[in-house]
Amino acid sequence: MNKSLIITIFLVILVLVMINVFHTGEPENLNLLKLKQEYVQPDVVSVDHSTFPELQKTFNSPQDVTETCISCHTERHTEIMESAHWNWERVAYVEGRGITKLGKKNVLNNFCIGASGNEQSCAKCHIGFGMNNDQFDFENARNVDCMVCHDNSEEYMKGSATAGYPDRNVNLTKVAQSVGSPQKENCGFCHFNSGGGNNVKHGDLEQALLAADREVDIHMGANGMDMSCVDCHTAENHQIKGRLYSVSSENTNRAFCEDCHGNLPHFDNILNRHTSKVACQTCHIPEYAKVNATKMAWYWSEAGNLKDGEPYSIDNEDGNHEYLSTKGRFVWEKNVKPDYVWFNGKADHYVLGDSIKSIPVEMNTLYGSHDDPDSKIVPVKIHVGDQIYDKKNNILIQPKLFAEEAGDSAYWKDFDWGLAAEAGMERVGLPYSGEYGFVKTKMYWPVNHMVATKENSVQCAECHTQSEDGRLASLEGFYLPGRDHSSVLDFIGRLDVLLALLGVFIHGSIRVFLVLRKRKYSVQTINEKV
Amino acid sequence: MKKVFIYPKFERFWHWTQATLIMFLALTGFEVHGSISVFGFEQAVRFHRISSYALLLLIAFAIFWHITTGEWRNYIPTTKKIKDQIKYYTTGIFKGEKHPTDKNELSKLNPLQKIVYFGFKVVLIPLVVVTGILYMNYKSIDENNIIVISEIPLDILAILHTFGAFLLISFLIVHVYMTTTGETPTSNIKAMITGYEEIEEEIDKQNKSENEK
Repeated sequence: MNKSLIITIFLVILVLVMINVFHTGEPENLNLLKLKQEYVQPDVVSVDHSTFPELQKTFNSPQDVTETCISCHTERHTEIMESAHWNWERVAYVEGRGITKLGKKNVLNNFCIGASGNEQSCAKCHIGFGMNNDQFDFENARNVDCMVCHDNSEEYMKGSATAGYPDRNVNLTKVAQSVGSPQKENCGFCHFNSGGGNNVKHGDLEQALLAADREVDIHMGANGMDMSCVDCHTAENHQIKGRLYSVSSENTNRAFCEDCHGNLPHFDNILNRHTSKVACQTCHIPEYAKVNATKMAWYWSEAGNLKDGEPYSIDNEDGNHEYLSTKGRFVWEKNVKPDYVWFNGKADHYVLGDSIKSIPVEMNTLYGSHDDPDSKIVPVKIHVGDQIYDKKNNILIQPKLFAEEAGDSAYWKDFDWGLAAEAGMERVGLPYSGEYGFVKTKMYWPVNHMVATKENSVQCAECHTQSEDGRLASLEGFYLPGRDHSSVLDFIGRLDVLLALLGVFIHGSIRVFLVLRKRKYSVQTINEKV
Repeated sequence: MKKVFIYPKFERFWHWTQATLIMFLALTGFEVHGSISVFGFEQAVRFHRISSYALLLLIAFAIFWHITTGEWRNYIPTTKKIKDQIKYYTTGIFKGEKHPTDKNELSKLNPLQKIVYFGFKVVLIPLVVVTGILYMNYKSIDENNIIVISEIPLDILAILHTFGAFLLISFLIVHVYMTTTGETPTSNIKAMITGYEEIEEEIDKQNKSENEK
């Protein structure tokens, strides 16, 4: 009686203790809390430019504004003039090329192909004024466009095909009086609309981020931390942290999640150990283009169809162009699952004049492998397509696309690839054989934004699975538990288990059979006796 | 028939806990391997890890017990009577012959069991345990919070570990079947539960006479 009472009390206590041990709930992440408190503080604006006497005037030209900026911020223009935003190129060491200058000036892509020859239009995204050909003076500080990055009034915008000059209707005085730290709108003006429309190129950077939900982007969500680009892409002397490998090549000055979150951000060490080979983005960005579609393919070869001699367009239900006579056929996708590659922060690019080595032509090559200690698995958007190339010289062609008027060899006016190729290649100083064709191309865009909430991040079994739909199904060079197995071992193992079962079954059956026969025999003999 | 005490309390506890853990490890392990789907990969990994710690602890206690009690002597392989034992399992058992070896508290295992269990303890379990520990520590976090990756390729560890798991499963199948070959089909299992096994008097008498001599 007493004994059972003691046992009962003991068991009850044990159960209570176990409940406490195993049901602790989610612990507070103090590191995250600290970060949140740090970033939730609104920026304190130390000066009010609208009160400065220097800015109380009508500016005749945007260069006047720049001169006024420089009159106080005396050396800032020199910093700007060393940046890639100004130079459109960086000096980089690239394996196989040596020390070389790479950037928008000489690197091609598989969207609008290249800026050379089309500066009048492309310079909309250059932080300078008056880049209308390849003779732009990169030494002239008057042409630095301070406003495009620092306008806080949302008044400023660059004009279309105005060689980087602002739109005529911009009130320069208002803009000059309301400058400040760059906002999402400033960066987004180019980085959201690159490729000629919203979310065309990146897939993870688009206008929706200006007022997004935290489900779309945990950092920039308006109902979340509402962070701006420069919170992570910090700058020292106008050298902004962060790399985009559509033009960048070196593993330097990158912006990492780890800069704030550290390399062991989880409570669970099994997850923490992933961070040596898996970039944060891989699990935390399950999909991109969450609000608006992004361009996944661009087929230049289909451009040039005309209706009654006039160019036309076909739009899809989202209002995006599916076909343009000027540009060809596009494929758009929304809520896209990224592809995954090994990447060590180093990249090469297709540079004007390079011979075509493989098909599809890799417009940029991301380096990395499992065995490289600097490499991690990163998510990428892969943009495919085809574009014009010189069949004899085996090089990609920079065609002349843009011109004000017809009859200037520009494809967008004259729809003649031959003329556009000739004019374009002459302009960049490369030979053109006269024979063009179209070749398949491929470009990698690392996906870094649209970080999901913790609940929506990629789950273990999405990669650790034998399914062909597994996120890492095609990534090679390593053993991934749950995905990989030796079919020889599995065969031997199954055979071994099967033989054991069979042996046991046969041995057992014989015994059972003999016992039954013996019993029958004894029953028979008993019956006979009766 | 006479009841003989064969398995002390700890041995029974060790046996059943080890059996449960190994079966649970096989279940979760083959889920990690991708062969089955029960708990989901994440939970399977977690359970596999926790139960592996439990098994390591149990093994530590079991080794201590084997050494201090001298029970390890039961597992010294011998060739004596081994032919008889094989003959018994292949033919004698069907004819209803008697077990060629006696079972008592001092000598629990027949020569065939001695060899198989010796292999189990000295080759199979160490294989699975060592590869398992190396697998678990394939990536580790050092004092400076840097993640260190082992030099031994994961595929080799995984393949050896899985190989051990397959062997363990086939051992389990045969082992469970062999329990039915005692005096009655359930007498061995009963013994492992209660500690007492029913053993025929005749043998006891023989033992006694041998002892008297």
